[in-house]
Amino acid sequence: MIKALPRLGLALFTLPMLGGLVVGFVPAFSGGFAELAGWPGLPRAVALSVGTGMGATALSLLLTGLIVAMLHDRPAFAPLRRMLSPLLAVPHAAAALGLAFLLAPSGWIARLLSPWATDWQQPPDLLTLHDPMGLALTLGLVAKEMPFLLLMALAALPACAPAQRLVLGAALGHGRLSAFAVGVWPPLYARLRLPVMAVLAYGMTTVEMAMILGPGLPPTLSAQIAGWLTDAGLRHLPVASAAAIVQLALVLAAMGLWRVAEGAGRAGLRYHIGRGRRAVWADAPARLAAMGLGFGLAGLLALSLAGLGLWSVAAEWRFPADLPQSLTLQTWARALPALGHSLWLTAVIAFGATGLALGLVIASLQFEQSHGLVPDRWAERALYLPLLLPQIAVMPGVQVIALHLGVEGTALAVMVVHLFFVLPYVFLSLAPAYRGWDSRLGVAAATLGAGQTRIFWHLRLPMLLGPVLTAAALGIAVSAGQYLPTLMVGGGRVGTLTVEAVALSSGGNRRLIGVFAVAQLALPAVAFALALAVPRQVFANRRAMLAERGR
Amino acid sequence: MITRRHLGQIGLAATAVALHPRLARAAEVQADWQAVLDAGRDQTVWWHAWGGDPKINDFIAWLGAEAEMRHGISIEHVKLASTADAVARVLAEQQAGKTEDGAVDLIWINGENFAAMKEKGLLFGPFAEGLPNWPLVDVAGKPAVVTDFTLPTEGYESPWAMAQLVFEHDTARLPVPPATLAALADWILANPGRFTYPQPPDYLGLTFLKQVLYGVMPDPARLQQPAGDTYAQDTAPLWAFLDRIHPALWRAGRAFPQNEPALAQLLADAEIDISLSFNPGRASAEIANGNLPATVRTFVLRGGTIGNASFVAIPFNASHSAAAQVVANLLLQPEIQARAQDPNILGFQTVLNLAALPEEDRNAFAGLDLGVATLSPQDLGPALLEPHASWMVKIGEDWLTRYGVTK
Repeated sequence: MIKALPRLGLALFTLPMLGGLVVGFVPAFSGGFAELAGWPGLPRAVALSVGTGMGATALSLLLTGLIVAMLHDRPAFAPLRRMLSPLLAVPHAAAALGLAFLLAPSGWIARLLSPWATDWQQPPDLLTLHDPMGLALTLGLVAKEMPFLLLMALAALPACAPAQRLVLGAALGHGRLSAFAVGVWPPLYARLRLPVMAVLAYGMTTVEMAMILGPGLPPTLSAQIAGWLTDAGLRHLPVASAAAIVQLALVLAAMGLWRVAEGAGRAGLRYHIGRGRRAVWADAPARLAAMGLGFGLAGLLALSLAGLGLWSVAAEWRFPADLPQSLTLQTWARALPALGHSLWLTAVIAFGATGLALGLVIASLQFEQSHGLVPDRWAERALYLPLLLPQIAVMPGVQVIALHLGVEGTALAVMVVHLFFVLPYVFLSLAPAYRGWDSRLGVAAATLGAGQTRIFWHLRLPMLLGPVLTAAALGIAVSAGQYLPTLMVGGGRVGTLTVEAVALSSGGNRRLIGVFAVAQLALPAVAFALALAVPRQVFANRRAMLAERGR
Repeated sequence: MITRRHLGQIGLAATAVALHPRLARAAEVQADWQAVLDAGRDQTVWWHAWGGDPKINDFIAWLGAEAEMRHGISIEHVKLASTADAVARVLAEQQAGKTEDGAVDLIWINGENFAAMKEKGLLFGPFAEGLPNWPLVDVAGKPAVVTDFTLPTEGYESPWAMAQLVFEHDTARLPVPPATLAALADWILANPGRFTYPQPPDYLGLTFLKQVLYGVMPDPARLQQPAGDTYAQDTAPLWAFLDRIHPALWRAGRAFPQNEPALAQLLADAEIDISLSFNPGRASAEIANGNLPATVRTFVLRGGTIGNASFVAIPFNASHSAAAQVVANLLLQPEIQARAQDPNILGFQTVLNLAALPEEDRNAFAGLDLGVATLSPQDLGPALLEPHASWMVKIGEDWLTRYGVTK
């Protein structure tokens, strides 16, 4: 009975999502599939969704592996991590808008190079954004997802004993990359699989990034669904619903395909070992690539945000001027009254949802540990359901259910629906460290007479302070970034920063978008800064506690 | 004390009122309206309106302060990325059986969204023609205030602003803009990469297509009827026109801006030389805000451009329908219409009949500085009626079939 408790608890969380899915799919069966089949853009849109989603996931994972392998215990890693952590907090739409301003033919890079290097007096007619292959979209996805995977990898790394295994690999004559690939990567990847699947699902179903950076003729399937859902007169609800079913099937198929690719990767690794290759030659180029791509990507994203920030105080800034001709605080002054209220609301919801999620996750992990339960794979998969299902397919149905139950339109309802999305991220980020805690410490404390409660509060939790705070920061970032759940369950009455920002970005005013991007960034950035700073302060005289966290 | 004489007078007056239907109606409206005002006091109107333009957001915030001061009503602006979100919301409430206490009190709406809500029985009303300010509306001069995309509004939505398609150009790069559709096509071909339009089904992109249709169809009067058997023949010149200009568009027609703001950004970034807008005062307002260079001007094509009206409607299950009506009426108040027309505020054209206004109110309009880039009413030319909605639907679908997938 007790064994079933985690399952029952988790089922409670998946029911609304599954219900939303079923309810949302109803309209599809009134002619939606026929209309979808008649849409000439379907094959290309499907190819784009799969191509950009899988491509971006593979690139993000490859880069994450490369950085962890070559840099995680090197001095260069600290600055890279400091640069990347706040970027994790950047909402997807803001990152995409910043990147769009950087890359457009009239954007910042072109401005910095014109006219002295390019001879462009007016912007060239180049297709750098919205390219038919979705390259700009893929770049945006990689820039946004790589920091996330890196954070997840760092959370899981200590459990893989990298130092010992790398030494062992080196003793056997392997180069650093080879030793990592053979010794550390297999256990690390096993712990990364779920985050990778979440990234894959997100990449294939993102709406904001696809609309801002992706192609339009046709757009990705998810962007087209969003277009159909918001089309005037609601004539396209059946086809949107049918396309959402196809989208879900695509995500599942892509995950299957990914598993096949995993098998191929495993075979490749075995071949590598079997042939006795040690690939010492690969270390220098791999280190160079890790440094170049890691800092390059972080720099690109940082520059994008700097561009948006600059726009928020720009008075006039015309092509090809490198910098605004003059500065003004007018945009900020105008936005401030609305901003204050939204920021407060966003903070309350984010802290509430994250606090609840932390409580639930820690309670369930502690329950699992104290009852000696083996992690239930199916229950865990169910927990990740909200990450794996396209929001655009689930949320309309969830809204209908919430309406029927009469629980919506309030900040509390929004907080609860945020909890569904925050919970898996908090779990994902905290579980490896929590389970990896050396239980012999607990046994030692018990023999000294400490009770379970005391061990938990005075030993385990303080030792896990770093991971707990990181998980909390991630939860706050996730909550602050939610758009569709907030809009649909809030009935438009809960105007968080992201809801306001998306409405404003539909107006394309770069200055105002800049203001809101900075504001949106502020809350999660503060949370991440605290997650880094608090353990440093608390453990100032316990160096080993800091080392435990992989620096 | 009421004497017999008084009673007689009252009786007479009552007979007069009864005999004179207009007076009787006026008295009735006044009494009813007082009831609406009383019911609306201290209510909050959740107004769902597109939130992409800070000028409009500021105007709605200002209107909220006025409503609070005059009627004790507060306005909460629910900023939408798309009006369809509000329609979807009301539809979801209807399907969930929520026939009262709905989340939406007032929607800024027109065209297909209105048609959909009306057809599905999602609207409260009719109420518009009972508003005290209704007699000021220029029904005869601006037929679009009662005909929304050829669909009679029947009092289910109340107009608050007129819009008309205008073109914008930067005189620094293009001193003399083309005056006809044919000249525009020639200019596009001579200047590849410097013109584009928002990607249908965006409403401004579709409006451009309808404008072209008006220009190339032998008999544009047909547009007021539903698209019929001769649709293919009627629209053939439109596709011929687009086939000709597309290779010379921005990005050679391989990408299109997604909406009006994205198009406007291209003009501001000097990526294109001619842009479109549905607000004749937009360019002046954007110049005033520093978003566009001071050299931008507007122009229209000979023979007129498409015009329509913006409305507010009240959902059938609105929690605060009385207060929502008060706000709809407030929007028709002459001094508020004049403020909306001020290019430093919004630059929206009024829906009122200026000739019917008291002199003081008329002067408020006459005294407006329309702004450096705004055409005078006579230069703006005639506003062409929106075609029947079926044209828009079919053209949008055909556009996607023809151009929706790059070769």
